[in-house]
Amino acid sequence: MNELRELARKLLGEGTVKVVIGWEEGPRGVRPAFVTDAAAADRLVFDHRCVHNLACYLALRRRHVARLGRPAVVAKGCDARAVAGLIREAQLKREDVVVIGVRCGGVIADPASREPLTAETVAARCPGCQDREAHLADHLVGEPRPAPPGNGARDARVAALAAMTAGERWAFWTGEFARCVRCHACREICPLCYCERCVADKTQPQWIESSPHGRANLAWHVIHTLHLAGRCVDCGECERACPVDIPLSLLNRRAAQVVEQRFGHRPTDDPAVAAPIGTFRLDDAQEFIL
Amino acid sequence: MATPAEKREPFEPRLTAFVCNWCTYTGADLAGTSRLQMSPNVRIIRLPCTGRIDPLFVIKAFERGADGVIVSGCHPADCHYTSGNYHARRRFAVLKEILEFVGFDPARVTFSWVSASEGQKWREVVNEATERVRGLGPFDAYRNLAARQR
Repeated sequence: MNELRELARKLLGEGTVKVVIGWEEGPRGVRPAFVTDAAAADRLVFDHRCVHNLACYLALRRRHVARLGRPAVVAKGCDARAVAGLIREAQLKREDVVVIGVRCGGVIADPASREPLTAETVAARCPGCQDREAHLADHLVGEPRPAPPGNGARDARVAALAAMTAGERWAFWTGEFARCVRCHACREICPLCYCERCVADKTQPQWIESSPHGRANLAWHVIHTLHLAGRCVDCGECERACPVDIPLSLLNRRAAQVVEQRFGHRPTDDPAVAAPIGTFRLDDAQEFIL
Repeated sequence: MATPAEKREPFEPRLTAFVCNWCTYTGADLAGTSRLQMSPNVRIIRLPCTGRIDPLFVIKAFERGADGVIVSGCHPADCHYTSGNYHARRRFAVLKEILEFVGFDPARVTFSWVSASEGQKWREVVNEATERVRGLGPFDAYRNLAARQR
């Protein structure tokens, strides 16, 4: 942690960056912090409660953040994949951001929790994580941490859903989507939902109905998943932001499995690796096409 | 109020077909000019290329009352725009899997490649898709979604 604060102090002091986007202690657990003054660098913390994917503050539509000046962002492995996604999709230039990688040992599901990191409290995406360090990082700080506890409970849920009949899955998802209030928190927090104008907000023509009923909710969640297919970095923020606890990461996880099985693509923090949707191979499988 | 079963019209499925201008539309046109008899349940929407077919179109078709959807375009290597169908193929693969994961019956969405000379194949695609959807019945599960109150 001291290493992180020292580095932030140095970067701010020498004027390399104008703001360090990291985490600080708040009244309800850890929260995102925007440190613009070298003297305030001691506010920064990093531990297993630092859940938030801070890459969402780098998107162009976050004008209030952009106004602060050149940013440094503290990034776990998953966050670095989101930074790479923004660079890959020309939303951000690599030289316009300093990435401070932190060695992550998994994070807790709820940043307001005071529990230690155990197999019960760990965020669903963390067990089995392959990229706990940001390869993209300009600076890598902290001691190596042990692998996150727990096992692939989420993949087991996806597999259990996939094993159901179509009717059972329909009942499950329409039941989940029925709670959706269309607050679009899943979109607002998503680091890769950077469109200035989302298709869900368009009214002429209105592709996705805005009122929260089952039909519109199904359209929104299916389209959101499809727009993120091959781009989702599995940071789990959509599910954490959801006020009615819709298990959105199951949908995104399923899409990621499809993309990996069919196109051999895994989320990566290498901006040079092309996204799987938008590219193609001549010999892509087409067994489902008559 | 429910109509008594004996007074109800027999179910005729409604299918929407999104087809590319250069191959499948021309193939469907060939089927017509060749006087091939086929199921009249399919409404065709012509688009420049399968690459223009957004998953939103498929969702919208179901929202507006389709019981099934057909998506069809040029065979690989035949795209008028050289690569539109390759891009579409990847999108369709994910679309199909995600629709199935949320509980669509896979028989409701048919993907095919039909070239401009395959009028006969278009007839088979249309007839088979119509029969599959007829077997599943009307897509009331989707239409009832909007009526359900939270």
